Amino acid sequence: MKKSTKLLSLLLVVFISCFCYFQPAFADKKNDTLNIAFSKELETLDRYFNTAREGIVVARHVFDNLLYRDPVTYEYKGLLAKSFKWNSNTEMEIILREGVRFHNGQEMTADDVVYTLNFAANPDNKVKTQRYSSWIDHVEKTGPYGVKIILKKPFPAAFEFLSGANPIYPKDYYKKVGTKGFGMKPIGTGPYRITDVIPGKKIVMEINKEYFKDSPKGQPSIGKIVWRTLPEINTQMAELMTGGLDWIYLVPPDQAAKLAKTPGITVTPAETMRIGYLTFDAANRSGKEHGMENPFVKLKVRQAVNHAINKTSIARNLIGGQSRAVYSACFPSQFGCEQDVKKYEYDPQKAKQLLAEAGYPDGFETTLYGYRNRPFAEAMIGDLAAVGIKAKLMMMKYSALREKARAGKAQMQFLTWGSYSINDVSAITSHFFEFEADDLARDEIVRDLLIEADTSIDQAKRKELYSKALKRIAEQAYWCPMFTYVSNNCYSDSLDFTPYPDAVPRFFQARWK
Amino acid sequence: MLIYTLKRLGLALVVMVTVSLISFMLLRVSGDPAISLAGEGASSEEIEFVRVQYGFDRPLLVQYFEWAERALHGDLGNSPYLNQPVAQMLKERMGVTIILGISALSFAMLLSIPLGMLAAIRPNTWIDRIALSISVMGQAMPSFWFGLILIIFFGVHLRWLPISGSDSWRHFVMPTIALGYYATPAIMRLVRSGMIEVLASDHIRTARAKGLRWPKILFKHTLRNAIIPVVAVAAVQLGFMLGGSIVIESIFALNGLGNLAWVSISRSDLPVVQAIVLFLSTTYIILTFLADLLNAFLDPRIRSI
Repeated sequence: MKKSTKLLSLLLVVFISCFCYFQPAFADKKNDTLNIAFSKELETLDRYFNTAREGIVVARHVFDNLLYRDPVTYEYKGLLAKSFKWNSNTEMEIILREGVRFHNGQEMTADDVVYTLNFAANPDNKVKTQRYSSWIDHVEKTGPYGVKIILKKPFPAAFEFLSGANPIYPKDYYKKVGTKGFGMKPIGTGPYRITDVIPGKKIVMEINKEYFKDSPKGQPSIGKIVWRTLPEINTQMAELMTGGLDWIYLVPPDQAAKLAKTPGITVTPAETMRIGYLTFDAANRSGKEHGMENPFVKLKVRQAVNHAINKTSIARNLIGGQSRAVYSACFPSQFGCEQDVKKYEYDPQKAKQLLAEAGYPDGFETTLYGYRNRPFAEAMIGDLAAVGIKAKLMMMKYSALREKARAGKAQMQFLTWGSYSINDVSAITSHFFEFEADDLARDEIVRDLLIEADTSIDQAKRKELYSKALKRIAEQAYWCPMFTYVSNNCYSDSLDFTPYPDAVPRFFQARWK
Repeated sequence: MLIYTLKRLGLALVVMVTVSLISFMLLRVSGDPAISLAGEGASSEEIEFVRVQYGFDRPLLVQYFEWAERALHGDLGNSPYLNQPVAQMLKERMGVTIILGISALSFAMLLSIPLGMLAAIRPNTWIDRIALSISVMGQAMPSFWFGLILIIFFGVHLRWLPISGSDSWRHFVMPTIALGYYATPAIMRLVRSGMIEVLASDHIRTARAKGLRWPKILFKHTLRNAIIPVVAVAAVQLGFMLGGSIVIESIFALNGLGNLAWVSISRSDLPVVQAIVLFLSTTYIILTFLADLLNAFLDPRIRSI
């Protein structure tokens, strides 16, 4: 063997062994410190002024809401509230727990609840998450531990929002430090308290030893959590493999499969509320593209696309885990998400037939716009090409795509929606079909059904109305709902951790094994 | 020399204004910043609210001139995303990027000058071929890929070096190698060709004929002459490294300007991106300007251009 060949072989062996052999990871269990990473840096720790998912996760650990939604049974339980009830369609009465203390030792009372919710609901305060509180008209104090929430109009998803989106702040401290100060040094009643914040680098939390004992969240167990910002997923994986991190998530499926083979690491794929879907310009705002009229105004074309895409194959082969095909314009567990809708199974022949009946026997050219998951979009392009629809893929930044779509300049888009982890159809279907800017269908029947459902507190009636709306959406094929997303949670074997479909990791329930 | 300097200075200013104007316009046509800032799923009202609050609803030229006027007074505005003064953010992160840039350039020089010298002393031999191969690899390998290879080998497999962060000098070792290696070929080739040319010149032949010791000929008479253009190129390379550290800083989670640029682009934090573009382009322009002056100082014929 020549010298150069020997050298090359040696190099290859070194490279292969680098990729294939990893030593087991060792978690920071002995220091009782959970090291985790997120890709994004939070703009502020004030939940009412941040919009990222990471903001929700931090908030669940530092703050408490009035209510708590059990992630398994979806039952609403009192968290800061001892009891809660509807007095009427637009008035809710809440009695608070006594003896719950903020991290600075001050007791939480009705004044804090009144101040926080009124602050959030007041548009003058310019909170970024206005939709979370815009349904509240005002909040009144009824006693030291009693409040009334007065709604602008009936809003059946109120419990859902109170349990997930409206943390309670300490009035005096917030007034003193303002949103800027609070964003750096927040104080809540939650199971963990923030002890250090280095913007762009890390957030350090320590266990709240005074956390109230009968919280439905349970009692925290791990002493310290260090949340690092690591933008690159490969770096996160390397840190996990070497024990620099104990937990990461949203790992792409192929990389999660590699991690699963690494000793000392557990990979748990968990289905999330995010679904992928195609939406069409059925209302014909885009007009001509590629020199021809918008084909998606025709029902048969929309139905053809629904039949053309092999959603089950994408879910199984490209996403993996518990990902499944969806047929209704919502996430299956959401309240009101009717499953008995018209199902368009994968049938390329039927798709071709429908295209021919619509006047496109040779198919047509179009553009598929997307903003994430290019491989999924490429698979769809292949399926569409097989029935004659030659779609050019145009991947854009989310903001640019949204701007284009709202201006009525996109005929077919591949989008995703996570419903802000809210388990109610109003967080998805209503958002897209009530003639708001993102409504590309503009169907008055659907709109009226949804508005009525959104403002009724009769749950049976709501269910019926949502069912009618979703059946019509499917019949008219305004969307092509495709698949659910899976979040790959990858963590050290020494961590006892359970992921849930709302994709909000609950480290206050995690334990060392 | 004075006229030449003034001409170059004027040109540098024109380039700076052009860069700032073009980058300002391009950033704003790359997608509505109000949509990004309002977050995914924000309603039209929420987006409109953000647009008005941050002044994105006004004509682009008005926005540019307001920004330029404030920038001239040292006020780079506030980050709409983080609600912090941009100048302060830049100040906090600049240190990491400058350390990385200077250490990467030093690494590149330390690797490329001896390699270039060796290749020049023994041209067309196996030493020359190895040196050239190392240089070709540096140019061919994307720095992000090389960075990941370093992480896998030294971080994951051998566990000699920390993978991410900037807490100690050890955190800078892998990013320095990954960034510096890319600059090695240009410097190495320049040293090699310069050395070959000087070694073949009459004064070196004379020096050898006089019986001067080989190291003295090599370092005092040859390298000193061959390294002059390298200094000018190195200045420009430093500018390139400061700008090119975006990917490396993201991979190694170094909290510098490159990382800030990357995350700011992804969240449409335009004032921050604009300020970083301005800072990096200014640095680049200043370094190029200084290199021009150095060249003109060394070669008077350039001054007449």
